[in-house]
Amino acid sequence: MPILEGEKVTKYFGGLAAVSKVDFNVDQGEVVGLIGPNGAGKTTLFNLISGAFVPKPGVIRFKGENITGSKPHQICRLGLSRTFQEVKIFANMPVMQNVLLGSLFGTPTGMASANAAKEAAELLDFVGLSAVGKTPAGGLTLANQKRVEVARALATKAELLLLDELMAGLNPTETAEAMELVTRIRGRGVTIFMIEHVMKAIMGVCDRIMVLHHGEKIADGTPKEIATSKTVIEVYLGE
Amino acid sequence: MDITRFKSKGFFIPGLISLVLLILLATLPLSLGGYTVVLVTTILMYAILTVSWVLFSGPSGYMSLASAAFFGVGIYIGALLLPNTGQVLPLLVVVVLGGLASSIVALGVGALTLRLRGIYFAIFTFGLVVLILEVLNWWEHTVSHIRGRFVMVVDNETIFYVMLAIFVATMLTFFFLRRSKFGLALQSIGQNEEAAAHSGVNVTMVKVLTFALSAFFVGAAGVVWATRLTYIDPYIAFNFFLSFLPVLMAIFGGIGQIYGPVVGAAIFAYLQETLQTEFPEVYMLTFGIVLVVVILYLPNGIVGLIPKLWRRISGGQHANT
Repeated sequence: MPILEGEKVTKYFGGLAAVSKVDFNVDQGEVVGLIGPNGAGKTTLFNLISGAFVPKPGVIRFKGENITGSKPHQICRLGLSRTFQEVKIFANMPVMQNVLLGSLFGTPTGMASANAAKEAAELLDFVGLSAVGKTPAGGLTLANQKRVEVARALATKAELLLLDELMAGLNPTETAEAMELVTRIRGRGVTIFMIEHVMKAIMGVCDRIMVLHHGEKIADGTPKEIATSKTVIEVYLGE
Repeated sequence: MDITRFKSKGFFIPGLISLVLLILLATLPLSLGGYTVVLVTTILMYAILTVSWVLFSGPSGYMSLASAAFFGVGIYIGALLLPNTGQVLPLLVVVVLGGLASSIVALGVGALTLRLRGIYFAIFTFGLVVLILEVLNWWEHTVSHIRGRFVMVVDNETIFYVMLAIFVATMLTFFFLRRSKFGLALQSIGQNEEAAAHSGVNVTMVKVLTFALSAFFVGAAGVVWATRLTYIDPYIAFNFFLSFLPVLMAIFGGIGQIYGPVVGAAIFAYLQETLQTEFPEVYMLTFGIVLVVVILYLPNGIVGLIPKLWRRISGGQHANT
């Protein structure tokens, strides 16, 4: 059963179609990858799904509900949460409060402070940041700042998590740890839709991969199908 | 751990000090009277404006220059409802009405303009002051043909106590807002608005409501100030300086601590009053130099000095960075 569906999702910036008539769906419990060359429209698609932009035309449904035109905070409270390509944390606030904000404001019904704090502490532990809960988030390494974002997104009781280049800028060890984190998030029953450039990572953790090129979807299939697809290879390597 | 960052330690002592200070202030007219009461009233007025400014602009990072507009709206409400020809409503009721009127203006303006970022927001809010001033000017010239209004005379002690009450209300609001869930949301907006929105914070609502809340106290203070001025016209009510002074006072005092804006406003207002009377020729010059020195050498304001001095006294063991 699809948790997320998009129909003919389109977004123009001036005369340029950043995303053009993309149909997509993500099933409950799946890990779906989104790849494509730079400027293919991957992050724009995430911005459309999370409500930062509104598709025109196009329809996006989450858990069967039409969320086209909903505000980011409303979409978040429905259980669809995201991280950012360029980390967007609250740099001067302690790590704990970064995560707490998600559990206080992002959950469907809202949470009492005590429960929210407990939830946030649990998630800090989950992403392995318990030791630095009181440190201002801006003082962490990039890999750990990305973990703060993941914890904050999960704190909103996300059912679908959009991960925008979780592994970009990480060293090989950190990349491996991030892959392991993705697997553990999936283990919590959270559906994942992720943009990634690190091929080894995306081939390893995804059930299915979608490929965008110049704003259009050019392929959709299992990692094996994608790796051997002629069109995909042409896009990445040239003819 | 809790969101209430300032909880547990350091709650009792500052509370006690505040209470003692409050009692001292409240008994001031009995002990000193006369000019001191007038001076302290002025200081309280500036403190209200400054704390209200910090309430919204401090955590959110949106620099508002609308203080003079909210203050002026309060002054006009005061002049209209407390004319010298005879009081329409009790003073305290008018104070609340003045606050509400300013809040309503802030709600409208905020809903329209809080999507503007950075300097654009600052300029627009300043434009609001000019806009209201010019509209009033036009109205008084061509429609009402009333130029200038006399306001009911209220004795200095009453003015002082009402101002003190508004000040206490402002401080309590500031204090509890900072510690609340709402305050956390406002702070997150200042740090990264987009991330706040995507974490479930209704950023527009939080911004507009806080903006309106901060305008309330400024408007209320304006009503009381009208009775002190006793005569007003649009240029007196909408004084551009009052848009910039709260910003300067906040920077002067330091906005990192809750008492920073109060200390800043107190010293600033006192300096202004004394310099203006003692050295009228060089008053602005001295004032400017003091400000430049503070901004250059005390980036955390006057109150930023306290931890520095404390470290020096205690030999650095308690260095708290």
